Amino acid sequence: MKIHLPNSVWIGNIDPFLKAFDTTDKDVLEISTHRKWVSVHPVVLSMVTALGLKMRAEGKEIKFYKPTATSKHYFERMGLFKILELDSEMKITEHESAGRFITIQVIKDSKQLDKFITDMIPLLHSEPKKVEPIRYIILELVRNVFEHANSNEGAIVCAQYYPKSNTIRIGVADNGMGIKKSISQSYSPKTDIEAISLALTPGITGTTRKIGGTESNAGAGLFFIKSLAKVNRDFFMVYSGKGMYKLLKNPKNKEVKLIADPLKDHSSYKNDYPYWQGTVVGIDLCLDEHSDFDNLLELIRAFYEKARKERTKEKYRRPRFI
Amino acid sequence: MKEIMIYEKTGAFAGNKDIARDIRLNDILPYINDKDKIILNFDKVESATQSFIHALISDVIRQKGINVLDRLYFKNCSSTIQKIISIVTEYMQESNY
Repeated sequence: MKIHLPNSVWIGNIDPFLKAFDTTDKDVLEISTHRKWVSVHPVVLSMVTALGLKMRAEGKEIKFYKPTATSKHYFERMGLFKILELDSEMKITEHESAGRFITIQVIKDSKQLDKFITDMIPLLHSEPKKVEPIRYIILELVRNVFEHANSNEGAIVCAQYYPKSNTIRIGVADNGMGIKKSISQSYSPKTDIEAISLALTPGITGTTRKIGGTESNAGAGLFFIKSLAKVNRDFFMVYSGKGMYKLLKNPKNKEVKLIADPLKDHSSYKNDYPYWQGTVVGIDLCLDEHSDFDNLLELIRAFYEKARKERTKEKYRRPRFI
Repeated sequence: MKEIMIYEKTGAFAGNKDIARDIRLNDILPYINDKDKIILNFDKVESATQSFIHALISDVIRQKGINVLDRLYFKNCSSTIQKIISIVTEYMQESNY
């Protein structure tokens, strides 16, 4: 397999990077980088780490061509070489990460996740209200990996704060069974993109066809996260198998309405990417004042209220808050 | 009336579904019946995920019927937690459990 980290990758321009991912030789992973400067979304680092860990677990070779870019220290600081047990031959002074990034993390169980969620709060140096959606997204995405992916390497998480745009970018990748196989336990998607579309539709889960889900799954997690990006007018992507779905930035002059069918959102999707064994999710989240988590939840509540009213005439029972 | 202090089990952020399942199975379902009420006290819990609240109450609604909401009280909820509980009760009623 060959993966090349080009000059610049963010969700908006990630398509050529994914297209260039070469999966032909499965016995060796070759990682190369742009010779002058590399600036990549954390989702790219999560993907490279996931691939590397899989190769390590299978006893296969990893060739990381010595980076020459002036930004090469970034990989070292994010922990890429250490996790993949590669000698970077770099000596760096580690500046405080707080408020800037979360180094690559491999999370394999609930205990590690609980610890990470607690530890990551001070890392973000932000007001609790602003940290809330970030914590929410990471927790739900990692739990998805635990519950649906069946991945030996767990969930690989990475995040970076960009002060200029006041945006946090998050990536979560796994080497698990992928969305199509997971959702096929209850549905029969013909393609990866159809499976991704089902997984993003509220009320649909791989564990049952029953509306409302099971006692532990409602089929709402990815819909919530996509909605968060949509309301915030940010990017969001899911890549699994040969399918890649990308929520594009909602135009500023257009009112945001949550809809069930992800393919009807302002988005792009294709089913002809190199095969990714597992699932990759990337999201950007602007932390500006308008990005209010409660506001998003109110929109989601209204969405479900509308769906309930369309489906049943029964009197609604309100939860009792005291 | 039984009162369950969620913070003691989850800490400030309620996101672990395994804990939600344990509360449901050990502290809610065996005690909630036609007469007895249960208070889920979220004091000091800053936030929760939808999947935590779903794992906590959806099967209680499914097993006992929607009228169980007359006997299940949610105390000291932050606005975020209130909204998530409202979302879960919305879609559970949409599904007719």
